[in-house]
Amino acid sequence: MSEIISQYGTIFLIMACLFGFFMAWGVGANDVANAMGTSVGAKAITIKQAIFIAMIFEFAGAYFAGGEVTSTIRSGIIDIQKAGFADSPELLVYGMLSSLLAAGIWLLIASHNGWPVSTTHSIIGAIVGFAVVGISRDAVVWSKVWSIVASWVISPMCSGIIAFFIFRSVQKLVLDTNDPFKNAKKYVPFYIFLVGFVIAMVTLVKGLRHVGLDFSFGESLLIAIGVGLIAMVIGAWLLRAIKENPEEDQNFHFTSVEKVFGVLMIFTACSMAFAHGSNDVANAIGPLAAVNGVVMSGGEFATQSGLPIWILFLGGGGIVAGLAMWGYKVIATIGRNITELTPSRGFAAELAAATTVVVASGTGIPVSTTHTLVGAVLGVGLARGIGALNLNVVGRIFLSWVVTLPVGAAISIVFFFIFKAIFS
Amino acid sequence: MSTPLSALFGRSPIRPIQEHMAIAHHCVELLGKFLEASFVKDWDSAGVLQQEIRDRENAADDLKSNVRTNLPKSLFLPVSRTDLLELLHTQDKLANRAKDIAGLMLGRRMEIPESLIDGVRDYYKESLLASNQALKVINELDELLETGFRGKEVELVEGLIGELDELEHQTDVSQVKLRAKLFELESSLPPVHVMFLYKIIDHIGDLADISESVGARLLLLIAR
Repeated sequence: MSEIISQYGTIFLIMACLFGFFMAWGVGANDVANAMGTSVGAKAITIKQAIFIAMIFEFAGAYFAGGEVTSTIRSGIIDIQKAGFADSPELLVYGMLSSLLAAGIWLLIASHNGWPVSTTHSIIGAIVGFAVVGISRDAVVWSKVWSIVASWVISPMCSGIIAFFIFRSVQKLVLDTNDPFKNAKKYVPFYIFLVGFVIAMVTLVKGLRHVGLDFSFGESLLIAIGVGLIAMVIGAWLLRAIKENPEEDQNFHFTSVEKVFGVLMIFTACSMAFAHGSNDVANAIGPLAAVNGVVMSGGEFATQSGLPIWILFLGGGGIVAGLAMWGYKVIATIGRNITELTPSRGFAAELAAATTVVVASGTGIPVSTTHTLVGAVLGVGLARGIGALNLNVVGRIFLSWVVTLPVGAAISIVFFFIFKAIFS
Repeated sequence: MSTPLSALFGRSPIRPIQEHMAIAHHCVELLGKFLEASFVKDWDSAGVLQQEIRDRENAADDLKSNVRTNLPKSLFLPVSRTDLLELLHTQDKLANRAKDIAGLMLGRRMEIPESLIDGVRDYYKESLLASNQALKVINELDELLETGFRGKEVELVEGLIGELDELEHQTDVSQVKLRAKLFELESSLPPVHVMFLYKIIDHIGDLADISESVGARLLLLIAR
């Protein structure tokens, strides 16, 4: 029973909702565009379709597969006992509020300047920052933090390798054959099945406990196969309309083939939105859930309480708002600049990235969807699949890591002490 | 407003290189019209055509510079940067050669001897075929990129380059015959004029040779 909590609890909660919405808005305005931009750029879907897909699947991803990451951000990074929150639970509230505010502001600044900053890195840096400086070094579960940082390096590499092999398979099975169009029509349905199956499988095996569903491995396998088959049927129906067009093929022999892959990219766009939702919505609602947990229990730290649905809706709503108000412009910019990414490449990159991110989500590790996608694109590039890639973007991404963590931490620390001064 | 994704994709040099080859080949086509004008001694039309060739060659140069400046070392390409630039350089020689021929003939108001006109016209057409074949080959670059520079598409391109070599060989044979005919006329013509006639025959043959080396450069590019 904390006095401060009983006195200011409602205010804290309102602030948490505002800042959480602000952060979610930022994610929707900037981050989602990177997830959906490749599909728009490869002309597989229009911007309107991208927004529509994002709205549905970001939500679905957050709901079905976002539980573990939310849990990590909410309470996995900070050791509640060592931080002494039992005695002063308001410190956790200040910390989470300042983290949200810091990450949101940094995101705003970085987007304005066009810096490749990751929402995930920002919030993690902010949380670790306030915990280390505001409370003590021991307040942080360092083993968790190091494994998260390691995954920031591993996830782009992983998705790069996966993308490389997916693309090589496309080359072998479709592009490098005597009748690419026929083989495209033959194999693309299987790729569509793969997209549905893999995403469903990873989600089911790893993360549905918090929704109240718990399937055995065998049941998960069957459901995942079912999802894959449904996707395949829808895909086959969409593919029927695509005929080989000799006129368009004159200039570029593979025009019709790429159209077939375009259908496949619709499904990978959905999987990207799902993956992004599963990993990045947590950046906004994790801290919010932490504050909510403290306020609702009056300062008592009950064992992990469930995630109230309204928090999920707030986060999802913020993302959708950010996307609809600003994000679509960023998607348009990316779509304009990626003129030479064809669907056969885009799909390989997206499937690899989506799979990697969903696996990370299921394991409770917050990763950067954008950087994972960059890794996947580089993987396709290594298979000689892309005309030209700017390697200095990789350097800039490394730089953004080096800058984001301390800056996020610094801003968060400042706000932490401000809140402490105001309310304590 | 740049994001990591949009900054990641650089400008691929493949399309510009194809466009450049199209312009170079266009110069060779214009040369044909120029030659026809010179055969009937219509030096006014010839002058206009020569100017057109120069303009197109300038456009090719601009495109070439453009490609070079947009290929920084930090750009990761599916093939060697050096190979691409050397391919471009070879293509450029084609446009330059066409321009040289037109410029030389116009400057001297060179009249091809009546008995040689048909021979020169046919010889030019054979070189034009070679240049056209080289264009066909270069136009396969985006397909090569699509298939990752391996497999069936490479076989197809190698086949086209084989045909290109045949066409160039044909021009070698024709050149020998044409020079022989000129040799017979030598004594009846002013000596300086004769030397320049030999030069023009050489240059027209160069068009086919350069076309063949375009094919050879592409093979190198694929191989590495």
